[in-house]
Amino acid sequence: MYDKPKILPAGDRAIVVEYGDEISEECNARVLNLYNFLKNSKVDGIISMIPTYRSLLIKYNPLKIDFEKISEYVKAASNAKGEEYAFKPKVIEIPVAYGGEFGPDLNFVAEYHKITPEEVIRIHVEPLYRIYMLGFTMGFAYLGGMSEKIATPRLETPREKIEAGSVGIAGSQTGIYPLDSPGGWRLIGKTPVKLYDPKRENPILLEAGNYIKFVRIGPDEFFNIKEEVEKGTYQIKTYEYIEKR
Amino acid sequence: MATFRVLQPGLLTTIQDLGRYGYESQGVPTSGAMDEFAFRVANILLGNEENAPALEITVLGPTLEVLEDVAVAVTGAQLPVEVNGKKRMVWTSFPLKKGDVLSIGAVSSGCRAYLAVNGGFKADVVMGSASAYTRGKLGGLEGRPLKKEDLLFRELEKKPTKFYRVDERYVPTYENVAEIRVILGPQDDYFDEDNIKLFLNSTYTITKDSDRMGYRLEGPQIRAKEKHDIITDGIVPGAIQIPANGNPIIMLKDAQTTGGYAKIATCIWSDLPKLAQLKPGDRIRFKAISVEEAQKVVGDLEKSIEQIKATLKIVNYFDITVNGKHYDVVLENIN
Repeated sequence: MYDKPKILPAGDRAIVVEYGDEISEECNARVLNLYNFLKNSKVDGIISMIPTYRSLLIKYNPLKIDFEKISEYVKAASNAKGEEYAFKPKVIEIPVAYGGEFGPDLNFVAEYHKITPEEVIRIHVEPLYRIYMLGFTMGFAYLGGMSEKIATPRLETPREKIEAGSVGIAGSQTGIYPLDSPGGWRLIGKTPVKLYDPKRENPILLEAGNYIKFVRIGPDEFFNIKEEVEKGTYQIKTYEYIEKR
Repeated sequence: MATFRVLQPGLLTTIQDLGRYGYESQGVPTSGAMDEFAFRVANILLGNEENAPALEITVLGPTLEVLEDVAVAVTGAQLPVEVNGKKRMVWTSFPLKKGDVLSIGAVSSGCRAYLAVNGGFKADVVMGSASAYTRGKLGGLEGRPLKKEDLLFRELEKKPTKFYRVDERYVPTYENVAEIRVILGPQDDYFDEDNIKLFLNSTYTITKDSDRMGYRLEGPQIRAKEKHDIITDGIVPGAIQIPANGNPIIMLKDAQTTGGYAKIATCIWSDLPKLAQLKPGDRIRFKAISVEEAQKVVGDLEKSIEQIKATLKIVNYFDITVNGKHYDVVLENIN
């Protein structure tokens, strides 16, 4: 982490507040802290923001607030201590059916590490995964916290179509495909929950700063939940995140 | 009641507004009109809200059957606009009657034109915007470009009232070479002085592999001091990425919200309309300006919009019959 955040111009309508050149919880926490502070303070002239691993991009209307003013404002805000901008992270439970038709690469991952598919599942559902940021594609969350014990290289030839909801592993990352798309991740399971649903009040389920908990479900439950999701009656389980100290 | 039936969709015609803001933090691109200037003027000519959804036409326009009496205006790239085979003026609103056929041809200069209708086009409003984002299959008309036999509706079924023309002084002309002003950064420190000079002193050609997401450029390759990859961070339309192959990519309205390549510079907002009118084969030169200089010209786009509004000419259309012959008469108030 830098001693002081760097403030960089991104054209004439955006600035980047960069806290460091690393992927760490500490650095990301500073980014999300500033993001949530600015979101709540509703500064006139801020249009929207993009929080990422180690920086916050802020789009502003230069006819309302100029580069200097916004830079000063942000500097003052980012120097303050973290706890002041209480952001209460949530844990979002994502039900996942593992293996078989839901996760065609589960056996490969198990064989790759010379463990059983059951062990892969156990290792995968254990952690709380931090959502560092969203990007790359609509609703895609960059998660931190996967065990190296199941880290597996990508497919050599990517699949042409991966269905939305597929849960995969690529290197030491794990993630969920929010939309049908081509891709090279090793697929170990699938969730019936929609990460993107234009009909929902919040069309995109995940948000930076929250946590994901994968919960193992069986095939029957998968189809039951899927039906409820289609009907719009499924309630996604969320609860407050309690930090381990 | 539908307003138009699509007889020919054109090359890539989508419904756009001024973009989708507030969801970039969740990975949703802003989308929206590539040339906001021409887009806003098309709506102004019809007395619409400046953000009213309109058609963005790319290179080759659509042919539409008119199903009710309405008014339209076409702005942006220069292309032929005809009603039942008779030429109509661009940057000017005009009436259409039920049964007319409106056909819009291929561009002779520029790349994108806008067709606005009085009352605005009806579209799927997703996350606060009507803009079609075709990769995400959302907004616009079912999140896709127009196709044959589509029916287009209006948001507000207003009757056409007054017609206007933009003063010629404010109608832009589009060249095949454009100078685009940039502010260096956010990752200009990834490049040494020689490479920044090379970037600023070269002419780049827009390749065929260019769309609403971004323009890939061909020309002198730019090398980073050490690496081209950064820890993925936020992207704005206008950001210029330099991937490891050294060929710059200008990110545009449908670009993803984050990326992992160093961004040598970012185009200023007022020059994005000019950029939107360049097509594959056209050329770009970049000119670096400071943040302070950029601040002085930041209101230029708004100023030209204000000037256009203040100098609109009122136009009247009449159908007259003299000795059994029909004439379309266009009258303009001269003050």
